[in-house]
Amino acid sequence: MAKSATSFSRPAVASFDRLHTFHGGLKLPGHRELSASRPIISAGVPAILVLPLQQHIGAPAECLVQPGDTVHKGQLIARQVGTISAAVHASSSGTVTAIEDRPVPHPSGLQAPCIIIETDGLDRYQDSQSNALDYTRMEADEICDHIRRAGIVGLGGAGFPTQAKLGCGKHKINLLLINAVECEPYITCDNRLIQERAAEVIEGARVLQHAVQADNCIIAIEDDMTVAEQALHTALAASNATGIKVTRVPEIYPSGGERQLIKVLTGREVPSQGFPSDIGIICQNVGTTAAVYNAVIKQQPLLSRIVTVTGDGVVQPQNIETLIGTPVSHLVAAAGGYTHDVERLLIGGPMMGYTVPVDNIPVTKTLNCILAVTREEMPAPPPAQPCIRCGKCTDVCPADLLPQQLYWYARSSNQDAAQDYGLFDCIECGCCAYVCPSHIPLVQYYRHAKSEIWLAEKQTKASDIARQRHEAHLNRLERIKQERAERMAKKKQALSSDGGSSDKKKAAIEAALERVKQKKEQAEMMPRNVDNLTSEQQQLIDAVDKRRQQKDESE
Amino acid sequence: MLSAIIALGVLAALIGLVLGYSAIRFHVDSDPVVDQIDALLPQTQCGQCTYAGCRPYAEAMAAGEADINQCPPGGEATIQALADLLGLDPKPLNPEHGEHSEKTVVVIDEQVCIGCTLCIQACPVDAIVGAAKQMHTVVRNECTGCDLCIPPCPVECIHVVPLTPTIGNWVWPKPSEQVLGDVQHG
Repeated sequence: MAKSATSFSRPAVASFDRLHTFHGGLKLPGHRELSASRPIISAGVPAILVLPLQQHIGAPAECLVQPGDTVHKGQLIARQVGTISAAVHASSSGTVTAIEDRPVPHPSGLQAPCIIIETDGLDRYQDSQSNALDYTRMEADEICDHIRRAGIVGLGGAGFPTQAKLGCGKHKINLLLINAVECEPYITCDNRLIQERAAEVIEGARVLQHAVQADNCIIAIEDDMTVAEQALHTALAASNATGIKVTRVPEIYPSGGERQLIKVLTGREVPSQGFPSDIGIICQNVGTTAAVYNAVIKQQPLLSRIVTVTGDGVVQPQNIETLIGTPVSHLVAAAGGYTHDVERLLIGGPMMGYTVPVDNIPVTKTLNCILAVTREEMPAPPPAQPCIRCGKCTDVCPADLLPQQLYWYARSSNQDAAQDYGLFDCIECGCCAYVCPSHIPLVQYYRHAKSEIWLAEKQTKASDIARQRHEAHLNRLERIKQERAERMAKKKQALSSDGGSSDKKKAAIEAALERVKQKKEQAEMMPRNVDNLTSEQQQLIDAVDKRRQQKDESE
Repeated sequence: MLSAIIALGVLAALIGLVLGYSAIRFHVDSDPVVDQIDALLPQTQCGQCTYAGCRPYAEAMAAGEADINQCPPGGEATIQALADLLGLDPKPLNPEHGEHSEKTVVVIDEQVCIGCTLCIQACPVDAIVGAAKQMHTVVRNECTGCDLCIPPCPVECIHVVPLTPTIGNWVWPKPSEQVLGDVQHG
């Protein structure tokens, strides 16, 4: 991999006729027949929409609505924060009932902040549909802005904000790659999308090609997607697009991985820790491409996606066009409900997906597949046995790593060594665990090690901030102390140096002291022998007191 | 003979000049050991090590006055890192200084707070905001969990709460280590 970094200056391959191979990979049973042959249906508008503020990689969006607000379809309800972030829109009209933590599709099963909308069933937009825009007159920045405002993220599963990935003008892009290689078993949403909406995909690809100014564009599909290929060719012929090519790649898992697909089509490797744009390539998922068409030409934000609901655990496996935020349970019901022998519910495919304990989670932008499996279909893995160092995992690793070494280091929490062995080049495809004769859950070790490293990085950042704040705190205390000392010094100086005024002050103090003394003496001057007075005497005294009092008052 | 000596002498002088120049030109400031130690400490600033913060403790360690096992918030991981850095043997945490526990933060019960500002003065990272006779509150993201604000509070309205697990700080669980017939590997 290190070598490929130096191949940066190599002249770009002009034609991409010859296919290459990547290291390792597996031939897996497809299970695609379950859902591939049925047309996409619509899930309709559910009663409740749950829209997580974070459905992408990067910073969570910032909520713009309050409970009780009425929202229309397509309204911006949470805005993007920073560059790596994505906006969230109301996917149907209704009333915001709450902004609270709800279970979301995540392997942790934890809750995250969501906007909850009670739909009104009208599914109405605020204003009438605007006319289609002509993207050829737009600058790259303008197209990126449309994509950003539509809240589009990579719909293939990673969820990287699309406008950030395009970079728009920051890199010289030679090749735009539209990835429709659904290598994971069971998943057919991209296949169905092309079959039914090939024209949108072609238009989206042209918009993207225009935005990144790429000379070449390849739409990569899998070997067995013949119907989709036909649809693409028909749409291509109808659109008179130039520079777009459809290529079939062999069905080897994980040929749909970004790096693997680039290797297959161009023979070049993306540098370790680098991006495809480093070698002049941008790769976009085909679903994202269709969303770009909607965003730029039809000016519609990302409100829905196609989800494959499949597995032997659902009655009628099929692809369903789903509003973002629709509960998974609603989708399962749309697919005929669970069968009686359903065992587990997975989000994503069988290789890279994760099990979720509940189905009251919402469909997010990145959720491409709901897989309900039976016990026979996907039995629980047998207990792990010791590694026998057979090396099978190394043979199948598509990232050309040494999974066995990574396993030892991850298991012994030797994170530095794991990183030296390319832990972060692991794409978690699961090939190593699939072939492991000892049934070691290898990928889980890598995921554990990665998240430990990320957590440690976060903690280091937090302690750096704490150090800065503590230093600032100490500096502040020191400054206050110094300022006080200066003030005191100034006062003292003023007292000692300023002769005339100090005498006046001294006189005033002495006068005050004199007054206090007098008062004290007065208080002590109590009248004596006043016990047995005659009435006349008493009258006299009273009169004197009265006079005195009057005199005091007049003063 | 003489020419050889002169030639070699000139050569030596030239090379000496080049070396001297590059020693100045390409000088790399090495991290002072105090900074390296300080970077390993958790920066809780709790003072459980008996020093007035992490940096003074780091200075004491660098001077050989303090042991490496006096930091309860850092726990075993910090002791191991310090031992690696300083070339010492790791040792268990000294119980005199407290026990290691998961990171916590404090919250102020705002109904009870009388606005005395004592906690604000105690906070080493200025993570409490408020003013005299006004309600105080803790900036959760900046709180290091040092608990120094708790003793000064006259109405005991500051409580320790564990950090709630979020998706952001969640860690994939490590697979169970109970492997059938496992043998010890290096």
